[in-house]
Amino acid sequence: MDLDWYERTSVSGSFETPGEGENVVSTNSQWIAVTGHRLTRRSFFTAAAVAAGTGLLAACSGGGGGGGGTAAQPTTGAAKPAGAAATTAPATTGNAIELNHWYHQYGEAGTQQAAMKYAADYSKVKPNVKVNVGWTPGDYGAKLNSALLGSDAPDVFETQLNRDMVRAGQVVPLDDIYGDLKSDFNEVGLRANTVDGKLYGVKMIDDTSLVYYRKSLLDKAGVTPPTTLDELGTAIDKLGSGQVKGMYMGNDGGVGVLGDEILWSSGHDYLKDGKIDFTHDDVVAAFTKAQQFFKDRSPKILSGAPTDWWDPTAFTTGLSAIQWTGLWAMPAIKKALGDDFGVLPWPAIGAGQGTPSTFWGGWSQFVYGKGKSIEEAKAYVKWLWIENKDVQKDWSLSYGFHVPPRKTSAAEAEPLKTGPAKEAVDILSKYGVPGNPAWTNAMGTAYKDAITNILKNGADVKAELTGAASKVQAELDKQK
Amino acid sequence: MSTIPSVQPIPTTLGRAMPAGRRKQWGTTMAFWAFVGPMALGLLVFTYLPIVWGFILSLYEARRTVTPTEFVGLQNYTTMIGDSAFRQSLLTFGIFALFIVPTTFAFSLGLALLVNSVTHAQAFFRSVFFIPTACSYVVASLVWKLNIFNGLPFGLANQVLHIFGVDPVVWIGPPQPPLYWVVLVTVRLWLQVGFYMILFLAGLQQIDQTLYEAARVDGASRRSTFMHITFPLLRNTSVAVTMLLLIAAFQAFDEFYNILSGAIAGSSNIALARPPLVYLYQVSISDQDFGRGSAGAFILAAIIIVITVIQGRVVGFGRGDRR
Repeated sequence: MDLDWYERTSVSGSFETPGEGENVVSTNSQWIAVTGHRLTRRSFFTAAAVAAGTGLLAACSGGGGGGGGTAAQPTTGAAKPAGAAATTAPATTGNAIELNHWYHQYGEAGTQQAAMKYAADYSKVKPNVKVNVGWTPGDYGAKLNSALLGSDAPDVFETQLNRDMVRAGQVVPLDDIYGDLKSDFNEVGLRANTVDGKLYGVKMIDDTSLVYYRKSLLDKAGVTPPTTLDELGTAIDKLGSGQVKGMYMGNDGGVGVLGDEILWSSGHDYLKDGKIDFTHDDVVAAFTKAQQFFKDRSPKILSGAPTDWWDPTAFTTGLSAIQWTGLWAMPAIKKALGDDFGVLPWPAIGAGQGTPSTFWGGWSQFVYGKGKSIEEAKAYVKWLWIENKDVQKDWSLSYGFHVPPRKTSAAEAEPLKTGPAKEAVDILSKYGVPGNPAWTNAMGTAYKDAITNILKNGADVKAELTGAASKVQAELDKQK
Repeated sequence: MSTIPSVQPIPTTLGRAMPAGRRKQWGTTMAFWAFVGPMALGLLVFTYLPIVWGFILSLYEARRTVTPTEFVGLQNYTTMIGDSAFRQSLLTFGIFALFIVPTTFAFSLGLALLVNSVTHAQAFFRSVFFIPTACSYVVASLVWKLNIFNGLPFGLANQVLHIFGVDPVVWIGPPQPPLYWVVLVTVRLWLQVGFYMILFLAGLQQIDQTLYEAARVDGASRRSTFMHITFPLLRNTSVAVTMLLLIAAFQAFDEFYNILSGAIAGSSNIALARPPLVYLYQVSISDQDFGRGSAGAFILAAIIIVITVIQGRVVGFGRGDRR
């Protein structure tokens, strides 16, 4: 121990004053060398920390606006660096307006390139507008919901309408851009996009799902295509053997699908004239039957496949003899299986009881209500999805199959005029149940929980549905 | 080291009697804020402000917006407490904690004892077991779900079962038997064990070796040594580990969301085992009801605080061994 003890002031600025002969080091201070003028380690680190801190703050504030937007929106194809301010406010640099247009990730090949091509074509028509396409994989609903809360929302986006969005001002009425062409749009699609008499969305494609079955496997097992729930159960029993399962309806064993289809095939819906319809006795009976159906058939229903029900892979690779999947998958199925498949609606609950059913779904385009270039966005939507019949035909038919929402386009659609595609269109128009904007996500959660309890946990059907109904009613009351 | 004129070695002189005392004080303050400032600012903006905002939101109606709209007082809280799904999620958490806390505790303690007793390449084993901690929960969950425990015959777990002549099993989906718990617990175990092993290793290495020598001389068995020397002296570490495990279990989200949840179109197993955070995520992001979601988050935080305080009191955490 020698003279290498140098005092350093403690952080609070007080000075330690050691007494005579003492060499005790206070527990709060250390001893290093400091001079006033020489560049020491300490002053260097101080300067570096300040510089780093300033840089960090600058990055946080500057990138905050653009960073949030681009984190959720991979603007593929755009040559600009991610995080650049281009994705947020339409930079009116020299009359240029930028619109952000979000799609969810379509499974069919070529869709992303098509979407980007349409956007590029619009710039040829309107040179001062540039459209950035955001192709969003994964949980599109959650990402869109989060984006719509902030200022980085896309100017144009696709989704399904519900009342909460209108009340929160997240969408704008689009009646004016329809003009005369409104009469050419299918009424069901228009109703699904109407809240309080105003049209908020433009239907882009009509979708439906079907029961696809392998004709050869059914013939081999001696099963006729099912028209009631019991027949479907028999088919599953006979077809499910060994590696091949009887049916595939999703990785939750089909609970999500059954929740909708059993309800509709019993002849009822979520809401009827603004009142709850799913507590009807027919529905209770239907789900009691479905409960037994699910319990008996679970081992033969495929679960745990790598992709979910909207992807036809389980069907085309032979993991399942029957699959509930969409019209959109028909080209892929045709390519893989040729003619060895047939389509059916979801069967009625019993012979002479209820009705076959499927959903009348699809995607609609909306304009963000708090965006910065609403008129430009509306003009874009008008050009692309109302007037441009070629785009609608291309989008609906060249990748997956969807039904064009304009009546004239649907009538002209050649691929939908023959074979299973035509049967699908007939099923849609006869049995399709459309969405209801008054049915919000919160209601859906309450209902789905009840159905999961009924089907997976064997809970009492009436009690569960009544419990869900009280939660749904609370939500409905808030809407008034 | 050359002597530096302006500093006097102690103990002969006072600190520094400088005319620039004021300036030094300001320089010290500047240094303090330069180092602490950015972190404090980040803490303020990203932690404290959201907490306050969330609390305000929980007292208001806020749907599809994060700005408060209509004051509703404690209605969101009563709705959440009365919500059967929320109560169910707390029960799910209870079951999950019951599985994961003792299992992780036992495995990490066991591993720590094993690694501690290794004479060669102890650093290697420490690193090997610790590496999974660096893996993302999301990545591990997806590998578990799509690769190891998928329900198809070619999934890894099913192939192992096949060797023993057992039919392929669907791990994730069927409620009975609840095999999805195997998937959820093993993924968290794999990810966490290394971290807690390190904590136990540190605790083990603080135990005085002379105690072990004395025990050996007295002829104590391995089990006796463990029960009477090792385990009691690990008390502080054990309590800390248990508390951390419990809090981490409360905050479980990643593996439940990724293993049990589908994405779009409502196909989802999530209702099978939905811990509180996943339910609150569903309420806030999916149902877009931020008032209720914030209320639920504060209820959960209150529960965690109460349990932690009780646990601390019961076990005497932080009291230290007063000699």
